[in-house]
Amino acid sequence: MKKTTSLTFPIAASCPACGLLCDDVILTSAAPVDLKNACAKGITFFEQSFQTGANESPSIAGKPCDLTTAIRKAADILSKSKSALFAGLGTEVQGMRAIMRLAEETNATLDHMHSDSTVRNTLTMQNGGWLTTTLAEVKNRADVILAIGTDIATSHPRFFEKTVWNTESLFNKPTPEVIYLGVPAEKTQASISPNGTKPTVIAADLDKIPEIVNALNALLVNKKLKAETVGSVPVTTLLALVDKLKAAQYLVAVWSASSFKFTHAELTIQSIVQLINQLNETSRAAGLPLNSGDGDSSVNNTSTWLSGYPTRSRYVDGKPEYDTYHFSISQQLKSCDALLWVSTFNPHPPPESEAPTIVIGHPGMRFKYEPDVFIPVGIPGVDHTGLMFRLDSSITLPLKKLRDSQLPKLSDVINHIEAALLSTDKVSLD
Amino acid sequence: MITLLKNGKIYDPAHGKDGVVEDIYIHQGRIVPKPLDNAKISQTFDLAGKVVMAGAIDMHSHIGGGKVNIARMMLPEYQQQYQLKQAQELKNSSDPEAHICTPHCSHHATPSATDTGFRYIEMGYTAAFEPAISPVNARQAHLEMGDTPMIDKGGYAMLGNDDYFLRMLAAKKDQKAINDYVAWILHATQAIGIKVVNPGGINAFKFNQRRLNLDENNVHYQVSPREILQSLSKAVHDLGIAKPLHVHCNNLGAAGNFETTLNTMSASDGLPMHLTHIQFHSYGTEGDKKFSSAAAQIAEALNKHKHITADVGQILFNQTVTASGDSMMQHLNAKHANPKKSVIMDIECDAGCGVLPFKYRDQNYVNALQWAIGLEIFLSVEDPWRIFLTTDHPNGAPFTSYPHLIRLLMDKSFRNEAFAKLNLDAQAMSNLTSLEREYSLYEIAIMTRAGASKLIGLNDRGHLGVGASADITVYTDQADREAMFSKPDYVFKNGELVVRNGQVVKVVWGSTHTAKPAFDIGVEKDLKDYFDKYQTMQMDNFKISDDEISDDGRGSIVVHKQ
Repeated sequence: MKKTTSLTFPIAASCPACGLLCDDVILTSAAPVDLKNACAKGITFFEQSFQTGANESPSIAGKPCDLTTAIRKAADILSKSKSALFAGLGTEVQGMRAIMRLAEETNATLDHMHSDSTVRNTLTMQNGGWLTTTLAEVKNRADVILAIGTDIATSHPRFFEKTVWNTESLFNKPTPEVIYLGVPAEKTQASISPNGTKPTVIAADLDKIPEIVNALNALLVNKKLKAETVGSVPVTTLLALVDKLKAAQYLVAVWSASSFKFTHAELTIQSIVQLINQLNETSRAAGLPLNSGDGDSSVNNTSTWLSGYPTRSRYVDGKPEYDTYHFSISQQLKSCDALLWVSTFNPHPPPESEAPTIVIGHPGMRFKYEPDVFIPVGIPGVDHTGLMFRLDSSITLPLKKLRDSQLPKLSDVINHIEAALLSTDKVSLD
Repeated sequence: MITLLKNGKIYDPAHGKDGVVEDIYIHQGRIVPKPLDNAKISQTFDLAGKVVMAGAIDMHSHIGGGKVNIARMMLPEYQQQYQLKQAQELKNSSDPEAHICTPHCSHHATPSATDTGFRYIEMGYTAAFEPAISPVNARQAHLEMGDTPMIDKGGYAMLGNDDYFLRMLAAKKDQKAINDYVAWILHATQAIGIKVVNPGGINAFKFNQRRLNLDENNVHYQVSPREILQSLSKAVHDLGIAKPLHVHCNNLGAAGNFETTLNTMSASDGLPMHLTHIQFHSYGTEGDKKFSSAAAQIAEALNKHKHITADVGQILFNQTVTASGDSMMQHLNAKHANPKKSVIMDIECDAGCGVLPFKYRDQNYVNALQWAIGLEIFLSVEDPWRIFLTTDHPNGAPFTSYPHLIRLLMDKSFRNEAFAKLNLDAQAMSNLTSLEREYSLYEIAIMTRAGASKLIGLNDRGHLGVGASADITVYTDQADREAMFSKPDYVFKNGELVVRNGQVVKVVWGSTHTAKPAFDIGVEKDLKDYFDKYQTMQMDNFKISDDEISDDGRGSIVVHKQ
């Protein structure tokens, strides 16, 4: 945004540190960082952000240069590329809009850094669909929360505070019972409510979750199991769980695709969806897939309305294509002839690549090998405004500018690269 | 700079012009009176023999927002097939499901935002309205519409299933309080109208109710759909916005639902209401298959109730996807999805959604009859100012099939030939061939221009009078109306030539149309408390500022006053 804000504390902010996108965070001081309503993850994010300089300079092969030179070099690399990979894509809606235009211009392939996880959910949704819910429904309706293979709080720290322990709800429901399946007991402490209510923990190894969920599906439709335990969980325990799920007024099943680190996790997610669908034959239940962060929900939504596809897509002469296997970062690194890595929320460095590498991102990023071009840009929600999707994708919230900054916005840098590229094209045509 | 459109045959129902030959002058994006003789005309288009209409306005088309994006995301295989078809030019092939479609019917149900704008303008449409913006999701809807080039856009905000409104109704809050809330929603969501989907039903589904009839109570709030309709239609009327309450009736798609629809017509006590995609709500239970056409009863009631308007939501045969706010009925219909998948959502104590792919087949009894029912309604409703041409894009068919639909309405023999290919049992249950009517160009211009503009309250759109925005479409008069309406000779947007021979020649960005009636800001006191206690976002972040739409340098907001 061109407008310069005169910043006066306290400032109400939206926190992009996780998919909950808490917009009740209040920054009362930047040095040192003092935040109200923030979780540990949020505090880390803002501290890390404010510790980085707001006037870091771009560099070419590690040597500082001015922004124009860096942009020209980046355009030069892309102009020589035939199969560029735009990866990382840690950005918000406005950044992604610009990236999509440049990708169309350069026939680039697009993949987000957390797609390995996201794709497990997307494949499930594309295969059979699902029935899901959003945070305010959880807060007001859920009476049973089943967390499968995720403790929730590590990745989304304020989940319990904001949507489970609320004392007021629209329908005066009791605090929901939290049931963990396949999560070690020591990781479930964060879900103990302020009045001391503990969760129910059904311990099991993570890699046993597929068979346990399948067993739950069988038991739900009254199939008899010959085994006495499934994945070390007694069938009697599973039967009791099924009874609880059936008796719930509004069950919410939470999972995190990023924690399902086993082969073909999409099939297990499908099995969870099947459980939810079956419960909905007679009662109400819904899923809540957690996201991984770094703007994954924002980037995939934006990509979808602009090209018709989420990431792991590419443009070929203006036509978008989609392939969740071939267009992954790991596959494309084998053959791409230029890598543009974007990570604006966190200083995640790029993967190693033989190809010329352009990095646009967090000013605090440090490298094992200096990339051909590095352009530090503003952190969305700190150095400039932005728009961000929450984990449940139904809500988009504005990010605020929280400090005066010399750092350019990602979208401006990308637009300048595009402009330089188009003028290069002209020169070569002449 | 003055542009002259010379000698065109003008179809401008807002001014009663039915094919009169006249000149149109354009200056600074608007239609202006004939200038003085010595004024310099910079550009002249000789339109002798050409048909000239205002740019068309789609008053109901799902073009942006959560469920549209879900539809795109869940159907990659469909888009890939579509692209493949395009690439291989298989559109003329003998795909048995597409034999009623012609090369002009591209049938792309999930276009990207960019394609949406391009396909609309290429057909001479210069505006489209997203009819189902869930208020919490309004920002996304506007982001998507903001990335939709070429056309103007706007939307209707959904109320009547949100817990805030139902709490008010249950607590018997006075009408003024309701009106203030409705106005606040219009402002906060940058909408131009209010819609209610399955009144009370989406909310009831969250309490495990599976159907809700007009006079049946939501179990929790103990209020009925009829009370919701009364309250919201009164609010819309009292606030003085043009667009009548946009109503998606209870019991969508269910056999026998025509009675609900007939009863709904009287639910507003004579205040204006618009019943949307009425084809999906015109089903009887006669015959061996207990599914029949109730088009005659519905059309008769529409002819009688002058305060009711409707759009049809015509189905056309092929693959499409249905994206609806009606989570209750979409969950019920999920078993009919083809391919078999569905996304259903409960959304934020505000709304719901259900997205299911559908393949309408001409040899399927129900689908064939649905096709006939839509056309029966079109041909039996007498007043073209009160019936609108829609396919409920993409639910009945993609908007790209409008030229085909126009031909079905204008060309009886074409229609009857298509009918003869349908499932025979369905043919036996329809009186379509006995309907002789053929729509005229003037009537098409009413349905797709003047009527739509009047309904929404766009004032300076949908007509060709002096002062109107110069959104103008020029067609070659052809006997094949599908070919004619598929590929206009010229389309002007705000006076600029943007399409020539059906091809975009200049990319432009349209405006967002809104209505912002006055209200008592005191409503925010209770709302703030509600957001703080029960919602998961701040009230201030729920509201979409003008800057969010206009700050990118290409969007702009038009506020319509009545």
